[in-house]
Amino acid sequence: MSALALAAAVKSGERSAAAVVEEHLDRIAERDGEIGAFNLVLAAEARADAARIDSALARGEPVGPLAGVPVALKDNLCTRGVPTTCSSRMLEGWHPPYDATVVQRLRAAGAVVVGKTNLDEFAMGSSTENSAFGPTRNPHDTSRVPGGSSGGSAAAVAARFAPLALGSDTGGSIRQPAALCGVVGLKPTYGRVSRYGLVAFASSLDQIGPIAATVADAAACYEAISGHDPLDSTSIDSPRELVTASLERGVDGLRVGVLAELCAGSTRVEGAAGSAVEGVAADVIARVDTAAAALEAAGASISVVSAPSAVLGLSAYYLIAPAEASSNLARYDGVRYGLRVDAANAAEMNVNTRTAGFGAEVKRRIMLGTYALSAGYYDAFYGKALRVRTLMRREFAAAYADVDVLLGPTTPTTAFELGAKTADPLLMYLNDVCTIPANLTGHPAVSVPFGSGDDGLPVGVQLMGPALSEPILLRAAAVLEQAAPSGGGAR
Amino acid sequence: MLLERAAYPSDVSGRITRAEAAHVARLARLRFRDEELDELAAQLSAVLDHAADVEALDVTDIEPTSHPHPLVNVMRADEVRASLERDEVLAQAPSVDSGQFRVPPILGEAP
Amino acid sequence: MSPAATGREQALAEGWELVVGLEVHVELSTATKLFCGCANRFGDEPNTNVCPVCLGLPGSLPVPNATAVSFAMRLGRALGCEVQGAVFARKNYFYPDMPKDYQISQYDQPTSIDGRLELVDGHTVGIERAHIEEDTGKTTHIGGGGRIHDADYALVDYNRAGVPLVEIVSRPDIRTAEQARSYVRELRAVLLAVGVSDARMEEGSMRVDANVSVRPAGADELRTRCEIKNLSSLRSLGRAIVYEAQRHVELWTSGERPRQETRHWDEARGRTTPGRSKEDAEDYRYFQDPDLVPLAPEADTVAAIDAALPPLPAARRAELIAVGGVGAADAAVLVERNQDRLVRAAVAAGADPAVTATRVVNDLATDNWSRVTPDGLAALVAMETAGQLTATQAKQVLAEMAEAGGAPDEIARRRGFEAMAGDDLAAVLEEVIADNPDAWDRYRAGDETERKKLAGFLTGQVMRATKGKADGAAINRLLEQHADQ
Ligand SMILES: [Mg+2]
Ligand SMILES: [Zn+2]
Repeated sequence: MSALALAAAVKSGERSAAAVVEEHLDRIAERDGEIGAFNLVLAAEARADAARIDSALARGEPVGPLAGVPVALKDNLCTRGVPTTCSSRMLEGWHPPYDATVVQRLRAAGAVVVGKTNLDEFAMGSSTENSAFGPTRNPHDTSRVPGGSSGGSAAAVAARFAPLALGSDTGGSIRQPAALCGVVGLKPTYGRVSRYGLVAFASSLDQIGPIAATVADAAACYEAISGHDPLDSTSIDSPRELVTASLERGVDGLRVGVLAELCAGSTRVEGAAGSAVEGVAADVIARVDTAAAALEAAGASISVVSAPSAVLGLSAYYLIAPAEASSNLARYDGVRYGLRVDAANAAEMNVNTRTAGFGAEVKRRIMLGTYALSAGYYDAFYGKALRVRTLMRREFAAAYADVDVLLGPTTPTTAFELGAKTADPLLMYLNDVCTIPANLTGHPAVSVPFGSGDDGLPVGVQLMGPALSEPILLRAAAVLEQAAPSGGGAR
Repeated sequence: MLLERAAYPSDVSGRITRAEAAHVARLARLRFRDEELDELAAQLSAVLDHAADVEALDVTDIEPTSHPHPLVNVMRADEVRASLERDEVLAQAPSVDSGQFRVPPILGEAP
Repeated sequence: MSPAATGREQALAEGWELVVGLEVHVELSTATKLFCGCANRFGDEPNTNVCPVCLGLPGSLPVPNATAVSFAMRLGRALGCEVQGAVFARKNYFYPDMPKDYQISQYDQPTSIDGRLELVDGHTVGIERAHIEEDTGKTTHIGGGGRIHDADYALVDYNRAGVPLVEIVSRPDIRTAEQARSYVRELRAVLLAVGVSDARMEEGSMRVDANVSVRPAGADELRTRCEIKNLSSLRSLGRAIVYEAQRHVELWTSGERPRQETRHWDEARGRTTPGRSKEDAEDYRYFQDPDLVPLAPEADTVAAIDAALPPLPAARRAELIAVGGVGAADAAVLVERNQDRLVRAAVAAGADPAVTATRVVNDLATDNWSRVTPDGLAALVAMETAGQLTATQAKQVLAEMAEAGGAPDEIARRRGFEAMAGDDLAAVLEEVIADNPDAWDRYRAGDETERKKLAGFLTGQVMRATKGKADGAAINRLLEQHADQ
């Protein structure tokens, strides 16, 4: 049952919130040992919250649009008094003294938090294998990764542990696992959802968003968590549009551009796309072509659009994100919270703590970022990457003068085997090649399940739009959801 | 799993030496064994080689974008809000003494 | 002679010139911290004014305090700076008192640039920049006699972490230790005038670092400088500059050269000592803070700040001097104490400028004088100049006016300071002469020294007879008149 259907059933009295929560806790108990989606299941808290909602309903009090809907939170979202680990030894046992803004908003909407989900440590990774607490497995095939870094949240939705989950997306960390797990993932416009209480990875790129089994659920969750927050200086202060209301309007007259740089091999992209990103699999591109045809059939016009700098995105991203991360993660020094490994003096204590507390990928990115910012290299790397970002913004702005949305793949391939890419960081980084442009430009993007690949595993297609185009993106996503070939959905 | 030796293409440039990696590690307050430093130097070199496309770009007349959304002058009123309870704050600390955070002796001065 | 042995400031060795630039950190007197709503308050229990933001907890985000920003801009304009669009940057370094292990500051785009500060003596010191940044927490080193290098452990209190600071960086335009002190005094006067800081060096709300170098007199090169920290008073500032400059001269003249480094002033030993050198050259990896958006003051914001700027100390000194009768030194003191308006108003109400300035400079409390009104002060000065009050009496009346308020004539009456008319005084004097004929004769015949001695004696007799109500100056005049008759 979808989140919205559950909320309707709870509000109508057809089902109690308690029963809904119990059903999901049962499912978690049954199968999460195998999947490993959760770092922490909050059974007692969820039961108490459900009971509160049920008694509020009994008293006739308003309960919010997501009344009784179980949600799973990526474990980099702060929850007051509840451990928040970022899947790192560094924060094991840390109880934040405050709730993230999105957590407050979900609770205000009536949602019930059932647990904290696994992630690549501090959200750095594309497979949820870089977790201090072990990997999460893909519910469609447990020998495969769920994608990352929000792999726990995507797997939780795919395994129906919760109809809704929150993830965070810095270079594709919502959309990529959503695609690999066959669920919907939305990265909102940068600034649309407050980052207050999201443990920072790369501040200029991070954005919280929903992972859901359906487009309508993702839209409802987005509506609940988005909007201005005075606690986040980068929060956009403009009225919130009600995306759910326009969801069924279809795409008649919508101008859709197939992004040539992400779609080498597409039947629509003619000739040799000289500057296209490499490595996007043919079966994935075939799904993108089918999706374009489906949109066309629904009344959209399709053209091919080019943004040459999109191919530079990966390089720029792997300079900017580690640079910001190296600074954001400096605070884990063993002084105020979390792990401490003692030493004879404070500086050595810092070193011992950080050396023991961070995993290899986090250290690698801290090293890379520290290098990119250090004297002598700033201009060549970090400074240049920021200019590439400007170039991308310009080119995408030009593209959006001609089309309303862009279409492309979410990931180069379907879910890969656990361990397949852990030995080569660069190979792992290439997973983000299709999702990164939206992070660098700050634009919204959504991944929608659209059939399966040659291996029978889910394929996601990605819709990108200009800033604040979520209503249009979700409308188009809803059309794709209806038109999707069977297979690859939630199981 | 994480720092295990990877097979790198032989054309990795080696832009970063072990000594540079060691310097960066000191700045970042991390410690590595020599083999780890060599491997990191190779991995970081590979990423920087990949970034050669960015490095090579002539972008002199392009402004940098630090921020995706062009906002300015976001500020709050100078009004006091409740602080945290000290006990709740200190309960999270690895070591506490006299209502303060306790740390081993600090050798250097603040810059 | 070792510079350490010279307790007093003295001129630099012949042929050398001192070159000093000052970096002054000033805490802004806002209600809350720079990026969070915690109280900006000194002296509370440790770690009670802290929240996720100023503790740097994971997930927390900074939002700038509008008042801190406007205070910084006001200060910039008061220092004659251009106030421009600014960007917050992160200065990355590890230190336990810094919760995020980076300091949010301003780097290549500070709020204020290119200003100047005119000192009391008319010398102008350029201001390179004045930027906004957050303060760190406070570390206490325990054990080892409180000395940092020998401590057993350290305790950290984050109440001060995130308090708004403006760092004012002067150009190296200062040439003497006295000028350095004068610069700090003047800066403090400006801060108080514009009301953005209480600027107390002893409480640490104003902290001064000095960049000191020397060069051959007349040269315009800039030689290696050392940054001197831990200067907690104007006295320390002057002594440290002189010590450090002499150390540099000795090094240069003996064929060595100073190392560019941070040094600490040891007040007890009267010398600077090198700060512990760091393993790595400082590399702060500055970059624009992605959690914050730029400050872009609009033209009318700056115009409104200008319109609301109070008269600044230099202008106030000039105005006071322009009244006539008030000297430059008194004017400087009066402005520094914020008593110049009182003096000008009293003068406007008819008081004699010189007497008014003297009375206020010498005899009015510096902290608690708000009860003294211009009219009251003018009335007091009028009584004194009319001879109705002696100088001593006038001081006492003024003290009571400051402490308890009230009109000077009433206070004088209550204290029994009735006017001693000139005729009455002459009568008393004649009695004293009659009672002390020897003394009087010796006074009349004596040379200047003798006269002075005997005048003192005779005046004492008059005072005794009048129970101190007589005015010493008036007695002297009468003595001279009598002696000439
Ligand atoms: Mg500073
Ligand atoms: Zn605070």
